[in-house]
Amino acid sequence: MNGVHDMGGMDGFGKVEPEPNEPMFHHEWESRVLAIVRAMGAAGAYNIDTSRFYRESLPPEVYLSSSYYKKWLLGLENNLIDKGYVGAGEFASGHASEPAKPLKRGKFTVNDVERVMVRGKFGRAAPGPAKFKPGDRVRARNIHPKTHTRLPRYVRGHIGVVELNLGCSVYPDTSAMEAGENPQWLYNVVFDGAELWGPEADPTVKVSIDAFEPYLEPA
Amino acid sequence: MDLRVRALETVLTEKGYVEPAALDAIVQAYETKIGPHNGARVVAKAWSDPAFKQALLADGTKAVGTLGHVSRVGDHLVIVENTPQRHNMVVCTLCSCYPWEMLGLPPVWYKAAPYRSRAVKDPRGVLADFGVTLPQEIEVRVWDSTAETRFLVLPMRPAGTEGWSEEQLAELVTRDSMIGTGLPKTPGAPS
Repeated sequence: MNGVHDMGGMDGFGKVEPEPNEPMFHHEWESRVLAIVRAMGAAGAYNIDTSRFYRESLPPEVYLSSSYYKKWLLGLENNLIDKGYVGAGEFASGHASEPAKPLKRGKFTVNDVERVMVRGKFGRAAPGPAKFKPGDRVRARNIHPKTHTRLPRYVRGHIGVVELNLGCSVYPDTSAMEAGENPQWLYNVVFDGAELWGPEADPTVKVSIDAFEPYLEPA
Repeated sequence: MDLRVRALETVLTEKGYVEPAALDAIVQAYETKIGPHNGARVVAKAWSDPAFKQALLADGTKAVGTLGHVSRVGDHLVIVENTPQRHNMVVCTLCSCYPWEMLGLPPVWYKAAPYRSRAVKDPRGVLADFGVTLPQEIEVRVWDSTAETRFLVLPMRPAGTEGWSEEQLAELVTRDSMIGTGLPKTPGAPS
């Protein structure tokens, strides 16, 4: 979706302001939100792509004015309500009042913590041969899916060169919609700054994205 | 926010989805097990051991997996090397993808709009916000983390560190130098 989360190349957000000696969490609730998001995902309530899609789907003004973990919380609440794990009234009252929906991997307990701390595996068997190889010129397709995609707007329609074949991987565009893992070849594709940002761009800049095969066409 | 999150946790606990003790354990694991010290040790080893460096650049996941202390790295780690000709910088314009196992949880600025919007268009301007100026002719390569690949920058070893141990070298490796928004500390500089 063409949402405000897709920020690459936007102007007007100001300077980057690193916070000296930044704590890991600024409020205790942030750590609880992080833990709950990880736990419910590990228990099978949603996958990481769906989780991202719910954050992107927050209204633009909410997305831009909410802190990072607030976005996580709001996305999580909507996700759990839509998937039938929690009723909106339960959040409002702060207590369970409806029957629970069984989780794919069952209740998340202390025995599952180790599993959460290991990153997921996204590599999958290839459904067919790779269409592109390192060195190939490709164009990022000019597509505008209304649902989740990992093809940022700023590369669409632009020509780049395949630098790495990163293997075959879960396809976020379908995974986010719970329409299957639909594995696709994944490439690192590099673009010249001038190709993306015009002749005034810094000639020493190159930008790469990781692009799934359906995002690309030969150029 | 506090109350709202407490309500969420209560509901999920009452429904039998999560154990509060398990949530405590997750938070504790994040607070104690991950952090930039993991990445720093990998970088220091790459600076000291040419064979390890070669293996690391060829297959980051596999090479890091051979080190016991950070064996729980994800499957999709790519190490990108800074050279006198090229400086690398990592961003996630779409959300906040970041090599957690190597660097810990990302800082707020990494997840915020100013960095995410400008890093791909004006990386030298962003570096200036960090007080970093690169030579004019050096290539600046920005890696936008749009899939599950996680990128870690291997900075250049500072001059004047000949004969240093891996432990000493690791002290010079900052988090930002592994994101590409900073450079390693130089020997003798105030930390």
